[in-house]
Amino acid sequence: MMVSNRGVLVCGELVDGSISSTTRELLAVGRKLSNDLGQSLSTLIIGDKIDDQALELISLGADQVYVTEGPKFYDAPSELYVAIISECCKQLTRSIILIGQTDMGREVAPRLAARLGATVTMDCIELTIETQTKRMLLTKPVYGGNAIAVWASESNKPQIVTLRPRSSMPAVPDPTRKGNVTILSISLDFSMIKSRLVKTAKEEIKGLKLEEAKVVICGGGGIGGKEGFKLLEDLAKVLSGTIGVTRVPCDSGWMPISLEIGQTGRIISPDLYIGIGVSGAPQHMAGCSGSKYIVAINRDIEANIFKEADFGVIGEYTKVLPSLIEKFKNLILT
Amino acid sequence: MNIIVCIKEVPDPQIPPAKFRIDSEAKRILPPEGIPPVINPYDAQAVELALRLKEKHSGKITVLTVGSEASTTVVKHALSMGADEGFILADKSFDGSDSFSIAYILTKAIQKIGNYDLILCGRQAADWDESLTGPLLAENLNVPLLTLAQSVEVSGKEMNVKRGILEGCQFLQVTLPALVTVSNEIGQPRLPSGWGIISAARKKVPVWTATDISVEPSQIGAGAARRVLVKLLSPKRARMCEIITGETPAEAGEKLGERLRQTGVI
Repeated sequence: MMVSNRGVLVCGELVDGSISSTTRELLAVGRKLSNDLGQSLSTLIIGDKIDDQALELISLGADQVYVTEGPKFYDAPSELYVAIISECCKQLTRSIILIGQTDMGREVAPRLAARLGATVTMDCIELTIETQTKRMLLTKPVYGGNAIAVWASESNKPQIVTLRPRSSMPAVPDPTRKGNVTILSISLDFSMIKSRLVKTAKEEIKGLKLEEAKVVICGGGGIGGKEGFKLLEDLAKVLSGTIGVTRVPCDSGWMPISLEIGQTGRIISPDLYIGIGVSGAPQHMAGCSGSKYIVAINRDIEANIFKEADFGVIGEYTKVLPSLIEKFKNLILT
Repeated sequence: MNIIVCIKEVPDPQIPPAKFRIDSEAKRILPPEGIPPVINPYDAQAVELALRLKEKHSGKITVLTVGSEASTTVVKHALSMGADEGFILADKSFDGSDSFSIAYILTKAIQKIGNYDLILCGRQAADWDESLTGPLLAENLNVPLLTLAQSVEVSGKEMNVKRGILEGCQFLQVTLPALVTVSNEIGQPRLPSGWGIISAARKKVPVWTATDISVEPSQIGAGAARRVLVKLLSPKRARMCEIITGETPAEAGEKLGERLRQTGVI
């Protein structure tokens, strides 16, 4: 007999032992979906000695937390987490499974879908329950952000969804919330794990993390070379911000890949984003459209970024920036 | 070393957003006038990687696409870059297939070809941006999967892959056969050479239909799709840009600073 799937499950990620910001966003979205469906919200986390984190997940909205043993995320090949999560999901039989569109989620979600016979939709920015039908509507940017697709599933297969980081507000903790924690034991056939993780090399980030910066100065192909970024760094310094880039400076080797903002890089939502020599391709704007204010400096009046900015200057950045930096210095000193 | 590269034809992702048209009624993209479709850029990079591996280890490169007879153009593009042979998987019954069905169709074709060491796909297609086909194909074929490859080295049956992650990279090792999805850090795909274009023009690109690869009708087409497209919309542009001008660019810069202070941005 088929077990009918019910309830919402969030696959949580711990980063350096703490609940990741994406997991907090998944819990907020999951809580809303559960309430609208009148079903429960559970969370699965992998790790050892993580009782405190399990209780924190309850305060963040989970009714049940399932804890299963396994290595820390990114300490083993993704394949191992696919195996662990799919064994857990087979036991839990939930109808909706939410995963972050993270390095791990990108690889886990499709494979999990294959193993569970589920539907899967990647990189969604909004999930809602349609009032009459109770079906879930999944909103996802497509064609590099040139269009927005809304999908739904009418089958009774479980639905797996990955959510784009920073597309939703994180859950606010409520310490009075009640829930329970269950240890899930699964048996794994380790001979099935075919890839070996030799090492993970994390790049040292100097100064502010892009995702945490209040001000991001972003340089694009229009900067023309590595040297041009000195001026951008001066601007970042006055505003206590940090530097980001579009894909061209990475592909051209001017700046490290770890600073890339966009669909294939980081997703940021600072108070102020200043795009300099940035054409504003949708694939890049996908990574910064959540900024509170967008300012564009570009010599090309036709550049798409002017359609997505709040303020713009049309001109050569080498001529615009020095006076802008001076002005900011004066304004901040006074 | 036998390499199979799965490629897809997509609308040119470089289309300026202003030229991008959506038919919301029909829930589809209108092909932009005068801008022909192209090989998905990440797939061209997968072909590039295949060529570099072949140069080192010799072997054969086979290109596969699910499409229509019109997809000959993208297959010929890969052939003119240097791939050895190409097949188009086309059948009326494939219409409306979702990623699961596409992966299933490719699986059947790859099983028919057989004898492969490595399967390459682009990290995602520039149309639906799903990044599903590669991972689903790896599950179907039960081979190890390595995603977001920035570089690949092969030595005998061992393969080392550098996988890009947000905070840096991971180094992974597997024994072939395996499936790799290729990211843009692999580098620019080569342009077809004159000789490449001539030799590609001479090559036949066979079309395999549903019967040729013996697919189960229940697994393909719109009927097998696991979800439905409810709407296809243009993104909302909520911002109105205030252009700050000045006599000189320097003056405009100064005024921008003032304006940002005035409006409380800084």
